[in-house]
Amino acid sequence: MPVLEIKNLKIDLLDAEGNKKGRILRGLDLTMDAGEKLALVGESGCGKSMTALTMMNLLPTRRMKITEGSMTFNDRDLLKLKESDWPAIRGKEIGIIFQDPLTALNPVMTVGKQVEETLRSQAGIAKDPLAEVARLFSEMGLPDPKRIYHQYPHQLSGGMCQRICIAMALAASPQLLVADEPTTALDVTVQSQILQLLKNEMEARKFALLFITHNLRLVQGFCERIAVIYAGQVVETGLTGNVLKNPMHPYTESLLAAMPDRGKTGDSKVDLGWVPTPTDEITGCSFAARCNRSKPECSKIAPLATRKNERTFRCFYPL
Amino acid sequence: MLLSLVNVSHRFPGRKTLWGTPESYVHALTDVSLELASGEILGVVGESGCGKSTLGRCAVGLIRPEVGTVRWNGEDIFSLEPDSAGKLRSGYQMVFQNPYASLNPRQLVGSMLREAVQQAGSNDGEKEKEDKVNQLTEQVGMSRADLRKYPHQFSGGQRQRLALARVLALNPKMIVLDEPLSSLDVSIQSSILKLLKNINENMGVGYLFISHDLQIVGSLSHRVLVMYLGKIVEEGPTNRVLSQPRHPYTQILLSSSEGKFSGLKGDPPSPTMEPRGCPFSSRCPLSEKKCGETSQDLLIVEKGWKVACWKAI
Repeated sequence: MPVLEIKNLKIDLLDAEGNKKGRILRGLDLTMDAGEKLALVGESGCGKSMTALTMMNLLPTRRMKITEGSMTFNDRDLLKLKESDWPAIRGKEIGIIFQDPLTALNPVMTVGKQVEETLRSQAGIAKDPLAEVARLFSEMGLPDPKRIYHQYPHQLSGGMCQRICIAMALAASPQLLVADEPTTALDVTVQSQILQLLKNEMEARKFALLFITHNLRLVQGFCERIAVIYAGQVVETGLTGNVLKNPMHPYTESLLAAMPDRGKTGDSKVDLGWVPTPTDEITGCSFAARCNRSKPECSKIAPLATRKNERTFRCFYPL
Repeated sequence: MLLSLVNVSHRFPGRKTLWGTPESYVHALTDVSLELASGEILGVVGESGCGKSTLGRCAVGLIRPEVGTVRWNGEDIFSLEPDSAGKLRSGYQMVFQNPYASLNPRQLVGSMLREAVQQAGSNDGEKEKEDKVNQLTEQVGMSRADLRKYPHQFSGGQRQRLALARVLALNPKMIVLDEPLSSLDVSIQSSILKLLKNINENMGVGYLFISHDLQIVGSLSHRVLVMYLGKIVEEGPTNRVLSQPRHPYTQILLSSSEGKFSGLKGDPPSPTMEPRGCPFSSRCPLSEKKCGETSQDLLIVEKGWKVACWKAI
């Protein structure tokens, strides 16, 4: 039973007058089971963060519009909800952590107060909030929780701020946690500590995690399943080990080849480094223009998602 | 040796008291020595705040270290007359982390490159200068049409290429690259890495390559230097250090960059503390009483490979 099912999600980019200017998501499909760790991987500008924002109903609606598709979370279509329904879901059933913990926190409020506020509004605790915050802080591996309660974000390191953001996101025990590049702004050693924390919390609290990243190396040991996104479409999904060992979509292969490794600078067969922008008109396969295996029909007909042995891919000529 | 730093130490003053004397100092570099041969790529790795950028800035003379000397071709760069220092300086250049902040937003790219070429050879005729600009543009993989654009019209990777072209106009022998890839996407990183490798191989330009990513450093550099809290903890040939890291910190850094869980606890101690003993002793899994008390010199493991840990030998 999937906890989240996104089907054929399309989001348009609007100009200042509200007319369609381009397309950000071009039919995105994604399924997540309860308690699962799913990685969403892709380059900048491919629609990773927009997917996350849609799940929280935080999309900037003046410039973007959902035109098609459904997003089913616990048998309810999130796209059909009214704004007044959202406070019961946003933060309570679906939590989010952002890339930069320092900008996610309020700079003029002590971190303890911020977490306490979240606890009050989301989890509805009344007595002894300070003790509850302190308990949450120590669960997050923060040393000396009573002292940290009274500190401001700028007095703490990036890793500590991210732990506080995780504490806030988990305060109401959501069923699904969206982590949008949670470790990109952090040092490698801190990064591994934060991943360890997320892993432990998942085991204790049993929530599903959508882990958005551009770092394939991180995904390797952390997520069970992976979805590779390109130009607003998921081009390949499957079990992490299988996808990374035997990529079927040429884009996944070139993304893997671009990773620097000892003694080699990352050699990619295709010309990576640019992605189609939302305003580009795409007929056919979105990757055809950069693909080294593309044939004439690739740029005419869009390949549908094909399912084969637990793998889904959008390609006429898979590897 | 092209570049050598001998026993360089530098502190930055922290918060000042009422009388203007600093309450504490940030120990950015403590007794750092390094050598860079002509055409060599030396990678410097470490977490934020370990002093790697200060090291890069000292190497090009942007910061004058409190203690120690910086030599360029055997000459102390801080004791030269301004005239000869200027001539010497075109030999060593720097590329910064954020290419947009290091390019003038109101100057056309072409004019920027012409200015750099003018600096390098003021005796050349207009034709030669124009050729040089075109050649540089081509070398970094940009087109001539790009010369009539402003920096904001380019992507991050293209801006970094332009910053590199401007530096190459001066025919440097060595470039300090301070986190040149950390603001870029993986796929763009790999194309810039390839460009850097080509320039190194075809023109013999050496790099002091500063990065927090051991994988990136490993893919490009000949030798690698690992820093922790202002000190060098390990230095050696890249393939040896990355396949068999000796220092516990290097081991942890490597396993975390591969996405494994390192088991490392806590944050690095504050650099305002007086350095005493091994800087890593407070977090080291192998730490013993002795580690926190006596400071550890770099010990030679084998030729060209040094480790600052008595347990690693």
